[in-house]
Amino acid sequence: MEKELSNITIKKASEMLESDEITSVELTKHYLERIKKYNPKINAYICILDELALKQAEESDNRRIKNQELGIMDGIPITIKDNMAMEGTITTTGSKMLENFIVPYDATVIKKIKEAGAVILGKTNMDEFAMGSSTETSHFGPTKNPWDLERVPGGSSGGSAAAVAADLCVAALGSDTGGSIRQPASLCGIIGLKPTYGTVSRYGLLAMASSLDQIGPMTKTAEDAETLLRVIAGSDELDSTSSKSEFLISKQTPNTKLQNLKLGIPKEYFAEGLDEDVKKNIEGSIETLKKQGAEIIDISLPNAKYALPCYYIIMFVEVASNLARYDGIKYGYSTNDNSQQTNNNLMETYINSRSEGFGEEVKRRIMLGTYASSAGYVDKFYAKAQKVRALVKKDFDEAFKKCDFILGPVSPTTAFKLGEKTDDPLTMYLSDIYTIAINLAGVPAMSIPAGLSNNLPVGLQIIGPQFSDAKMLELAKLIEKVRGDFKSASLS
Amino acid sequence: MSLQKENVEHIAILARIKLTEEEKGSFTEKLSGILNWVKELDEAPTESIEPINQIANLENVMREDEIKSSLPVEKVLENAPQKSDNFIKVKQVFE
Repeated sequence: MEKELSNITIKKASEMLESDEITSVELTKHYLERIKKYNPKINAYICILDELALKQAEESDNRRIKNQELGIMDGIPITIKDNMAMEGTITTTGSKMLENFIVPYDATVIKKIKEAGAVILGKTNMDEFAMGSSTETSHFGPTKNPWDLERVPGGSSGGSAAAVAADLCVAALGSDTGGSIRQPASLCGIIGLKPTYGTVSRYGLLAMASSLDQIGPMTKTAEDAETLLRVIAGSDELDSTSSKSEFLISKQTPNTKLQNLKLGIPKEYFAEGLDEDVKKNIEGSIETLKKQGAEIIDISLPNAKYALPCYYIIMFVEVASNLARYDGIKYGYSTNDNSQQTNNNLMETYINSRSEGFGEEVKRRIMLGTYASSAGYVDKFYAKAQKVRALVKKDFDEAFKKCDFILGPVSPTTAFKLGEKTDDPLTMYLSDIYTIAINLAGVPAMSIPAGLSNNLPVGLQIIGPQFSDAKMLELAKLIEKVRGDFKSASLS
Repeated sequence: MSLQKENVEHIAILARIKLTEEEKGSFTEKLSGILNWVKELDEAPTESIEPINQIANLENVMREDEIKSSLPVEKVLENAPQKSDNFIKVKQVFE
């Protein structure tokens, strides 16, 4: 049984559940045991919901026995990044500020996951308030990359990525503001998809940057990503930025053939700063697709160099705004709970709660966002960045007139060592160079494992026009087929 | 663009954050570095470009003005550090 369950996909697990080869309780116990054994080494999970998961598994098995209607993912154990509200459980966003915050409602995606019958194993580790590219800013310690425990899994959805890569769940949800699904997916050798902005409701996703955040699937295969996306996608009244059109995943498989596709290669994503070996891997993948009949076109994203500072300004400002709610009064960490505190006045309550509750990177970004939106500076920074955003979007609009999808690297390097980039924040920010423009433009993109460099995974990025998510997933499936099996991380 | 310690102190007050003397030094240095880097934006050709503030192509997203049930008061208060009756307790606002 152990061997059959090794690295099981949503698809395989569904088949086994349907044919009674296994029950959801057995499958869930299998994962809970693996988590017990391996999580201490990897620290992918902040919180393990064993009792609740087994209860959900039992309910799923009962539904099956009684021949009741089943959800698309009935009985399948998955995990959720810890910035999505799950009623009655602690949702920390990796921060001391919310260490004891028991959420009183379900995020829309959680409601949908529950309706689909899935089992939620726990909540995964992340950079504090999703600010980071390595999961090192988490208040709960870093997560380790299952491929090399001295290296980072990427971030900010590092816990989810590591959990999938180490087979501590069948699949996971992450969130992506500037690459936080795609970059850890690349560094951990799994699939990570950031859908078109507006595809998945942000209601219940503890906000980082509202015009950039998007929830997406992190899975072992493209087919699994499609299944999970189908569960979580959809228009939501509770999210005013949620797209109204029911464009989404058509149940029919669009007929995608490589011979009919034009794939654009942006020269700006293959310039200085990209590791030679990663470059070779990506170019190798592109060459393979060319041999299989795809037309490869050189394109340019002329404003690419402005995308990174543009992203950071917009993100800093939105972060400063969104995190203003953490004031030690309504919920979350409060300095007044500290028994050593005497009589704080209102201002002291705000200042001390925030200073004690937030980590360094969070404070840094709040400060930068406050500065960039303050009187006298808002035009220079924020207003300018909003115009540059229009330029970045235009680059993609123009590019997609010439090609169907864009291919490139996800991360300039493979997984770096823990502590390697923590001294200088700029070094960390630069790891987002190929992912952030996508969030600025609101287009969908995914990371798909392409190859290995020194036994560390390299991800290939596919970028599509807005609302091309379904077609992009079809392309990803073709690429997987052409690539063949991808090795999984082995844990001792 | 380099920040002085006084700028950092002022921003900290606006952000409702307190920094130790040591943090002020390190923040001044790191923030200056980051601001120097975002200066690149100045060169971007945005003369006749309209700013965009959302990329979902949505406009005037409204709902009918009808009463719907919301989060029950007990749930709202569950996480309040200090409460009294049906209220969250706050510090004195006016002198």
